[in-house]
Amino acid sequence: MKKVLERFQVEYLQILNENGNCDKKLMPSLTKKQIKEMYEYMVLTRVFDDKALKLQRQGRLGTYAPTRGQEASQIGSVFAVQDDDMVFPAFRENGVYLARKMPMELLFQFWAGDERGMNIPKNVNMFPVAITVGAQPLHAVGYAIALKYKKMKAAAVTYFGDGATSEGDFHEAMNFAGVYKAPCVFICQNNQYAISVPVEEQTASRTLAQKAIAYGFDGIKVDGNDPFAVYKATYDALRKARSGKGPTLIECFTYRIGDHTTSDDAKKYRKEKEVKEWEKKDPILRLKKYMKKAGMFSERYENEVKKIAEGLVEKAVAKAESIQRLKPEEIFNYTYASLTEELKEQKEQIKLENFTIAEKKKSAGKNTSVVGELEEA
Amino acid sequence: MLQLNIVEAVNLALKQEMKRDKEIVLLGEDIGEDGGVFRVTDNLSKLYGNERVIDTPLAESGIVGVSFGMALAGLKPIAEIQFEGFLMPALDQIINHVSRIRNRSKGRYTAPLVIRCPIGGGIKALEHHSDSPETYFVHTPGLKVVIPSNPYDAKGLMISAIRDPDPVIFFEPKKVYRAIKQEVPEKEYLIPIGKANVVKEGGDVTLITYGAAVKTAYEAVQHISNISVELIDLRTLKPIDTETIIKSVKKTGKVVIAHEAQKTLGVAAEIIARINEKAFYSLEAPIERVTGYDIIVPYPKHEDYYFINQQRIINAVDKVMKNSI
Repeated sequence: MKKVLERFQVEYLQILNENGNCDKKLMPSLTKKQIKEMYEYMVLTRVFDDKALKLQRQGRLGTYAPTRGQEASQIGSVFAVQDDDMVFPAFRENGVYLARKMPMELLFQFWAGDERGMNIPKNVNMFPVAITVGAQPLHAVGYAIALKYKKMKAAAVTYFGDGATSEGDFHEAMNFAGVYKAPCVFICQNNQYAISVPVEEQTASRTLAQKAIAYGFDGIKVDGNDPFAVYKATYDALRKARSGKGPTLIECFTYRIGDHTTSDDAKKYRKEKEVKEWEKKDPILRLKKYMKKAGMFSERYENEVKKIAEGLVEKAVAKAESIQRLKPEEIFNYTYASLTEELKEQKEQIKLENFTIAEKKKSAGKNTSVVGELEEA
Repeated sequence: MLQLNIVEAVNLALKQEMKRDKEIVLLGEDIGEDGGVFRVTDNLSKLYGNERVIDTPLAESGIVGVSFGMALAGLKPIAEIQFEGFLMPALDQIINHVSRIRNRSKGRYTAPLVIRCPIGGGIKALEHHSDSPETYFVHTPGLKVVIPSNPYDAKGLMISAIRDPDPVIFFEPKKVYRAIKQEVPEKEYLIPIGKANVVKEGGDVTLITYGAAVKTAYEAVQHISNISVELIDLRTLKPIDTETIIKSVKKTGKVVIAHEAQKTLGVAAEIIARINEKAFYSLEAPIERVTGYDIIVPYPKHEDYYFINQQRIINAVDKVMKNSI
């Protein structure tokens, strides 16, 4: 005997097309105010991103992972997330942080290589940036299972990229989520490249969304440059999660316009023509077209939004850059709840090391060292 | 002769060995068209094709586990793990399988593969990109651990690693990836695994280090005029060349050991133990360690507080001289 036990289908959702026309039947209920706010956060994310790239080139930030092109995937999804939901990001979610009301100066501080930037305020339910790929979905699932255990109505949301779907941790997270019906939403921003490797070489699956099927829950692919489709998919997934019906995987099909990070050169593996094609599909441009048609947009409004965003960004940069460097001994403070004896000793030692250098600089010529001294650049 | 940096020297070693031995295959993230994020495998996919230079899915446990399987079938895989922080998902494969198969099968199966990975700080990158996790691997029976400090050694050690019958973790210190240019012979030569290099002979203090810290130590020694320092570059961390160390300690009686990794159970701790076992009565002063502190490496803004530097090495040499009996 031979029979078919399972067939599956994967839905694709687009509500707002590239010309700014909207499928009214599918349109989620969003007020004009909400749509405007979405646009404003997408612009803020773009202005933040442009500034960060500039600062990086000037040596004022460290390695930076640009967001350009993924604003609809990030802002569209996070707009459906409620304050008490917990978000577990990867490392490119600057827009998600901003929309969760993370103080912008902290983000600049983080990207400038100062770990105090990840001291996230208590009112922002979001985890620090995860640099290793694909680890955080497991954390989100654990958090979600705990929410269920505590009978709380909130959910966990995790962001990751197409590359992460190859990691074992991702599959373990999906499996746990399915088994325990965890109130968890998996948001995969498929920007089509894991550094240089295109998604077609990352997996033999036709979609990333279908990976959910194997773990016993739904996956949906959405146009990731369409903020309404991303919003609707996330909203529905969160409602399902909160009502005890388990997890969902959302694949936001988008494109990384910039390099993987400022240390990468995408020209080495990507055709300029392909980037140009995707620039035409810019998510901000698309939303703008819609708003124009809906009579919600004017040149004056556009300029005003940009000006406000630029003002916020400049203020945040100034604030971030005004923060003094830590004292050497302060780098020990968060290793444990309280310092161990050996760390106490090392903390005293570091004071001495730096004291030695400073002291030697001050008393140049009065060298008491047996072997000589050295001024390091 | 060719003037090469470490990136180019490793690239040359891979290129020549792949030409010599058709069973060598490379696996890793972005190692194909992109040539690896540090360009160590640049042009190799063009030369040898996608079947031998394999751009893998983003899965480190997968890269090592699959390389292991290929090695069992008689191929010679050289896996690249992009950054040392990304080695961690592969630890299960490395520690539970790669390192153990010879013993588990009583020699019936072996895993003569090489795992290449950049190590240490110096590129001002994000978290997990500035760590020194060598101790985990040094601690594991069945693995060999190699870490060159310069282009000449990088080529010779890589060829030895490829031809070694056991699994070799080959760490490439990223701080000096491009910082040193050196004459590197085009013709084949091997630097033996397990042999240290006396970089500079001296009679007063033995200064032992490895990897990127060799450059720092060498420069520090240039500032020391009135003391004769013997500088030893370990080159291999497993097995450690105890003989060269003990010979030097018996001559100088004073020792400084420097490494970027955290202090507790770092390589320095093991060296001190061996000196204690084999040359205790030659010691004239307590041994000094210059290491990272027992904390997470700070992000770039404060990383200089953590990393060892020339001044700290000079201070330690100063201290063993002062403490000398």
